[in-house]
Amino acid sequence: MIKITPRNDMILLGGFILAVLTMPIWLTPIGAGYPDLLQRFAIYGIFAIGFNILFGLTGYLSFGHAAFLGVGSYTAVWSFKLLGMSVIPAVLFAVITSGLFAVLIGYISLRRSGIYFSILTLAFAQMSYNMAYSVLTPITNGETGLQLSQQDPRVIDSLFGVPVTEGIPATNLFGIEMSGYPGFYFCAIMLIISFYISMRIFRSPFGIMLKAVKSNSNRMSYTGLNMRPYTLTAFIISGMFAGLAGSLLAVTDPLAGAERMQWTASGEVVLMTILGGVGTLIGPVIGAGVIKYFENIFSAFNDSALHDIFSFLPDFLENAVVAVTGLFVGDGWHLTLGALFVIIVVFLPGGIIEGITRIYQRVTRKKQINSVTSTEAQPGE
Amino acid sequence: MGILEVRDVNKRFGGLKALDKVELDVEEGSVHAIIGPNGAGKSTFLNCLVGLLIPDSGAVTFNGKSLLGIKPHEINQAGVSRVFQTPEIFADLSLLDNVIIPTFAARDGAFSFNAWKRVDNDNEVHEKAEHMLEEIGLIEKKDIIAGSLSRGDKRRLELAMCLVQNPKLLLLDEPTAGMSRADTNNTIDLLKSIGGRGITKVIIEHDMHVVFSLADKVSVMAQGTVIAEGTPESIKGDPRVQEAYLGGAHL
Amino acid sequence: MDAFVLQILNGLDKGGSYALIALGLTLIFGTLGVVNFAHGALFMLGAFCAVTMKKLLTLSKQIKDESITFFDAFKEEPYLKIWFGETGEAIIDYAVPISILMAIPVMLLIGLALERGLIRFFYKRSHAEQILVTFGMAIVLQEIVKAVYGANPVPMPPPEILQGSADIGVWLGLGNAVIYPWWRLAYLGFAAILIGSVFAFLQFTTFGMVVRAGMADRDTVGLMGINIERRFTIVFALAAVVSGLAGVMYTPIVPPDYQMGMDFLVLSFVVVVVGGMGSLSGAVLAGFLLGILQSFASMNEVKEILPGIDQIVIFLVAVIILLVRPRGLMGRKGVMES
Repeated sequence: MIKITPRNDMILLGGFILAVLTMPIWLTPIGAGYPDLLQRFAIYGIFAIGFNILFGLTGYLSFGHAAFLGVGSYTAVWSFKLLGMSVIPAVLFAVITSGLFAVLIGYISLRRSGIYFSILTLAFAQMSYNMAYSVLTPITNGETGLQLSQQDPRVIDSLFGVPVTEGIPATNLFGIEMSGYPGFYFCAIMLIISFYISMRIFRSPFGIMLKAVKSNSNRMSYTGLNMRPYTLTAFIISGMFAGLAGSLLAVTDPLAGAERMQWTASGEVVLMTILGGVGTLIGPVIGAGVIKYFENIFSAFNDSALHDIFSFLPDFLENAVVAVTGLFVGDGWHLTLGALFVIIVVFLPGGIIEGITRIYQRVTRKKQINSVTSTEAQPGE
Repeated sequence: MGILEVRDVNKRFGGLKALDKVELDVEEGSVHAIIGPNGAGKSTFLNCLVGLLIPDSGAVTFNGKSLLGIKPHEINQAGVSRVFQTPEIFADLSLLDNVIIPTFAARDGAFSFNAWKRVDNDNEVHEKAEHMLEEIGLIEKKDIIAGSLSRGDKRRLELAMCLVQNPKLLLLDEPTAGMSRADTNNTIDLLKSIGGRGITKVIIEHDMHVVFSLADKVSVMAQGTVIAEGTPESIKGDPRVQEAYLGGAHL
Repeated sequence: MDAFVLQILNGLDKGGSYALIALGLTLIFGTLGVVNFAHGALFMLGAFCAVTMKKLLTLSKQIKDESITFFDAFKEEPYLKIWFGETGEAIIDYAVPISILMAIPVMLLIGLALERGLIRFFYKRSHAEQILVTFGMAIVLQEIVKAVYGANPVPMPPPEILQGSADIGVWLGLGNAVIYPWWRLAYLGFAAILIGSVFAFLQFTTFGMVVRAGMADRDTVGLMGINIERRFTIVFALAAVVSGLAGVMYTPIVPPDYQMGMDFLVLSFVVVVVGGMGSLSGAVLAGFLLGILQSFASMNEVKEILPGIDQIVIFLVAVIILLVRPRGLMGRKGVMES
């Protein structure tokens, strides 16, 4: 395997930055080179990176991370409403609020481990979701979702005399509107920063302690380490990443709804992480990208598009194939997602990264065997 | 005055009296063996020392500080390390990481949020950990995943993880159980060689060969209580001990 | 007083569902050691057995509508009615109870297929992986149902004789303020019988004895040379049938849709945790208790003081239980406490 050295990490980081920033170029041939989708790649990449810091390193499986995503979105939209359309306070406040939220939920949930922890986080997320629809309607605007309006105070904006435009103003960073490609590049830079932070954590003493939690929590306490603050810190960091992702969702499209907190959304980030590779640095980003890409492709298909694709088949076969594949595309995308979930857990629990590693090892082993046989063959000649 | 003082420790499991007025004094720098037939309460006693079990009554004082009611990691931070009967190691981490973790714990305490510095840039910790692995004879395997080690190597690794912390007191629960004669002798040598560091050791052992090669003092437990105590020589001839061991066939 | 009785009654039918699903969940967890996130989907599949049965029974033929004479009008007439007349109509009327006959073999087969095809590979894997794979399976099942039956709830009326409400208040001498739908009463009775049968089965059969022994000490039972694997399969199928039947009978209370399983699953897990992981009686007790608690929390008087409490009360209880008494109401000490 490739050794972990500061130099190799720098190469990885460099490659990552290059790959992320050039996404609009190399994703165009596969039909993903437009800003909306690219923004989602970056945002869910951040979400998955954060989730992986908790699940990948400590092994604590949270089934309620979407709650932090939702909190981040709501906070950001409120910041747009009250303070102004600049994204900086929005992102900042979202990260802080979700962090505080994570302190509260983490402090309680982390008193238990294993499936109890999963159920506790699930219970908290469901509570938040239910409350967003009922008691908290003044904050969340219930089923309609929280939206911007012309009458919002926007204190800072009015203070600086930002001209009042007709219609709802757009989110901006120092005057650059955060839609389209500028929006993507903002998210991409956040993704790169998140990735770098995650890399620092992975390689740090703190990170190695988190791995120790996952590996053997007994030995950890008999080694003189207090597990609770380690897991809690990891939980808070990962909640803040989720809050950041949530705020970016609001930056690129300034509205927030409770469905973002539903537990299926929590399940999705779990899937992204395991699909890419739990506990690997780059895996979660890849997993998030793959899922969002296929979601986009699959949901766009409908029966007529399928008929076009399979038109080369004889009619009766075409209809049958379209009927079967039709289940998995369009509205049936979730079926594909569920099936993918099962297949990955059954056959490739290490995710895409493990798959690549296996192939890599097989190839290099073959090379080694080849070289051994060739050297053995020589004396005989 | 010993470094470890145990006074009148009692522990019940339901109707069963697992520990009955246990008294023990361990002198600083000595090797103190606890022997006794199966079910005598030796492991229960050890568990009470590291905070895995809390005694119903009694006092355990280490270095003048009570060990009762404080958490396992606090006990370790006070200077007590333990080797388990079945090795407790970080099975999916490398050997080096296995030793690095306790090194950090000894240096930085029970919690430190050191999330920005690279582990491989911390020369102090690295050198200490690698030196420890070298001493214990596992340095060639430092990048191997610990779970793939042989049972004997796992025990040695666990010992290394404890020793790297420079504990004041080392508790060993049958460190040679299930080992071959050669491995046992290696372990004895190892334990002897680290004897010079002033580490006090409490060792639970079945193998009398190990006990007599290492121990300065022996306590015999039976039915949850200490029935005899003395030098290995005096214990050998004690009729009560022989009786506890079914006519002394073991000795 | 009557409001009090009414809330208890209202809580009981929901509680009955929680209890039945939680019973299956804890049975599976106790014997197989598997955390089954697909259990709510089994409840939902049961409900759709009833939908399917109704569809089958009402398969219709277009016939000329004789009541309209001034032009040729057609109407759908179920075959059953054409063939058997009033008897046919009565059969259609009883579609929901009749579905039980179909649901038992169907759920049994689904349970067998799931266990043999998927779950058995996960006995030795971590709880996290079990959660993940069954979660994926739950999505698959519910999406298939959505593809076949659509996303909208399907109304399923109870038999005519059980429509309307019972004047329970009059029976109990509380005046006529306490009325309760007949079907819910029937559902309660059904839940009680089903729970009773499961307990009787576990209590009085050799098979049940082995299952209980397995829940108490899995390793030993395995060492006794008992074919554990086959029993696992049967237990899983049994739990699937129990949830499925609960689903069938629940359809007239809330029209089934493909998502109903997920809602019930989350709550049922909470019920299992509150009752005590691996405790059958705990699951039943906690199911009813939480059902009733939820029903009280949704009273207007309560909601005025604590707005939104009805939405979160169950989760709140779970959080408190997990922190204060991690083994649950009736769980044994040391079982999954950490």
